[in-house]
Amino acid sequence: MALFRKPLIEGIGGGRFAIRLREEERELLASLPRQLRELVDGSADDPWLRRLFPPAYHQREDADKQTEWHRLMGEDLVVRRREQLDVLASTASATELDEEQVMVWAQALNDLRLYLGTRLDVSEDTDLDDYAEDDPDHSLYMLYGWLSYIQDSVITALSAQDR
Amino acid sequence: MAPPTAPADLERPDVDDAVAVDVPWIVIVWNDPINLMSYVTFVLQKLFGYSIEKATQLMLDVHTIGRAVVSDGTREKAELDVFRLHEHGLWATMEKQS
Repeated sequence: MALFRKPLIEGIGGGRFAIRLREEERELLASLPRQLRELVDGSADDPWLRRLFPPAYHQREDADKQTEWHRLMGEDLVVRRREQLDVLASTASATELDEEQVMVWAQALNDLRLYLGTRLDVSEDTDLDDYAEDDPDHSLYMLYGWLSYIQDSVITALSAQDR
Repeated sequence: MAPPTAPADLERPDVDDAVAVDVPWIVIVWNDPINLMSYVTFVLQKLFGYSIEKATQLMLDVHTIGRAVVSDGTREKAELDVFRLHEHGLWATMEKQS
């Protein structure tokens, strides 16, 4: 693939990154975060959002500490998620970003994948090629696979920068 | 080592309180089928300043064993680390070191 297409995201020096996406890809990257943000704003009890807001304390004897944690930190995490999703949505059409923005892309893309992966009940054995086109969730699987591909491109570009 | 004999009227310090303060907390990252291996490695490098070798080993522990201890310290430090890991979408929890 790289033979025919330059990397989707590539460091170009001076802490800048070139973003090479098609128009329809950019439209998705603008609309998906807005949709997830509506869900985050709507109900924190949505079970498909649970991986976005995991507990900090997992042992039974720490149940009181978890309640306290949720009271003190829960809203902060919601705020951070909103910020991440807003940055992705508002920079989806950019052809160049700085390193900090690209890092937020990685986080927001991951937020989208955590939501979709939970909704699709993705497991270690999930093979995206196994889903028939008549599966009602087929388009969501395609979306999940595509987001994974974009996120991996982001990580590759960021990792190359650090070397 | 202190000598085995001690005066009978030696004042006993409040041992329970002293020990409780010193028990460190550990931060655990759990395996999940969604986060990309490359992403987990990158986040561990970025948040904790780990080398690529150390971050990769921790990621592989998460992937193969199911969990890895990625940091430790006071309860306050562990809570901060857990929050930063959650910000990045990793499945992290904390517990008192046993």
